[in-house]
Amino acid sequence: MNKTADVIIIGGGIVGCATAYYLAKSGTKQVIVLEASKSIGHGGSCRNGGGVRQSGRDVRELPYAMYGIQHLWPTLSEELGVDVEYTQKGNLRLGKTQAHLEKLQKLADNAKAVGLGVEMVDAKEVQEICPYLSKDIIGASWCPTDGHANPLTTTLGYYKRSLEMGVSYYTDAKVAMLKKVRGKVHQVILTDGTVFEGEHIVLCAGYESRAIARTVGVDLPMTKLIDEMFVTEMQPHMFDIMLGTASADFYGHQAHHGSFVFGSECGYEEVTDMEDPSKLYTNAMTLSASCRAVMDYVPCLKGAKVVRSWCGWLDNAFDGVPFIGDCKDAEGLTVACGFTGHGFGTAPAVGLMLSQIVHGEKTVVDISALAPNRFKPNK
Amino acid sequence: MIDIRQKLEEIGAFEPHADDGLLVCRCEEVTKGEIRKAVHEGIFTIEEMRRYLRNGMGLCQGQTCGRLVKSIMAAELKETPDYVEPASARAPMRPIEMEILGKDQGGAYE
Repeated sequence: MNKTADVIIIGGGIVGCATAYYLAKSGTKQVIVLEASKSIGHGGSCRNGGGVRQSGRDVRELPYAMYGIQHLWPTLSEELGVDVEYTQKGNLRLGKTQAHLEKLQKLADNAKAVGLGVEMVDAKEVQEICPYLSKDIIGASWCPTDGHANPLTTTLGYYKRSLEMGVSYYTDAKVAMLKKVRGKVHQVILTDGTVFEGEHIVLCAGYESRAIARTVGVDLPMTKLIDEMFVTEMQPHMFDIMLGTASADFYGHQAHHGSFVFGSECGYEEVTDMEDPSKLYTNAMTLSASCRAVMDYVPCLKGAKVVRSWCGWLDNAFDGVPFIGDCKDAEGLTVACGFTGHGFGTAPAVGLMLSQIVHGEKTVVDISALAPNRFKPNK
Repeated sequence: MIDIRQKLEEIGAFEPHADDGLLVCRCEEVTKGEIRKAVHEGIFTIEEMRRYLRNGMGLCQGQTCGRLVKSIMAAELKETPDYVEPASARAPMRPIEMEILGKDQGGAYE
């Protein structure tokens, strides 16, 4: 077993696997990925709604969200040798009230200011784009370059391809702490005592990154939040667009094999009390509440049968955008976490930029606003 | 801890078998050969396999093929069947219309 490498990546989710892939592609010989659970992509990477979106994103995230959509997603299936089901047919964010439309208008104006094509459309145009929606919808924002992909095959596609390219993966390898050697973060120590050593450590373990970073004195202010999704049996092909609403009632799309995948909430997520968070138990109220939310906007799906529901933890950064970059107080450590539910669609661009950071190169877009040390005490 | 690369070397290369065309997951039409091959691509858990090939993701949610997939994977990994953990069961236990699920608060959904 090889326990030393040029780069050690903590977290075998989509960000870790994508980073490993872009490192291998750019010629880094020794890359090790450590995954705490037994399955690659066990966390949010395979539990999300598959949105590959730009609309509604914070202006600090938009440059790399747009970069990924323009340069990485279109050819990803060919690159990985796995069908990631990338579908760029647009995103409608629906409104039923004047207040909804005002909110959508504001989001659209913000996006336009940084160069993203988002337009407001009226009730008639909404029906032209997607005739399956409720007639109660009075307008929407429309971003034609948004889309969706399959989070399961994308995450495992990055894993499979990077494994073929020589990356070493260890599962059931839970990290207990990091350790500095001569002032530089160099060792990764597992809960079973195994020590890995790397010239560069990349930490992308979702919410669990916080406890790991703390072992070398770095705090990443974030909280975790539960979110649920469900999937229906296969339906005849209806539409290829991504759907969302102004008041965040639900989001989702029809996947390539025909099932509809939707995410929604029951309203009590912030006070979720799960004795063992790793069990990922769903809430008894959420699935039914989600069905009502979806039927309010897509009434023709009322007869579609739900086959499964599940949940996952979000890593919500204190100010709503991720921590991506080197830790100034812990040389040798680069972090990428706190994705706040936006991690899947941006993962290819984030993985590419992390490989550039490791090589000491300039990233494809400026992400200095996401520096992990951006928080200053208020006194 | 599982060293994926070492395990892949231990189990050797994928060898085609005469019964590779056998349908294992009827709902999603996944064959024995596809499952065996995926193991050699580094897919070692049922959780990963479902996501990779869609076995057990259809109408019956793996209630028919779950044990079969488990034993095929274990054999390919040269392990006993209990090495492969079964998939988590999640609500609803049978496919239910959204309209019916939406009535959990007692009233009719309109």
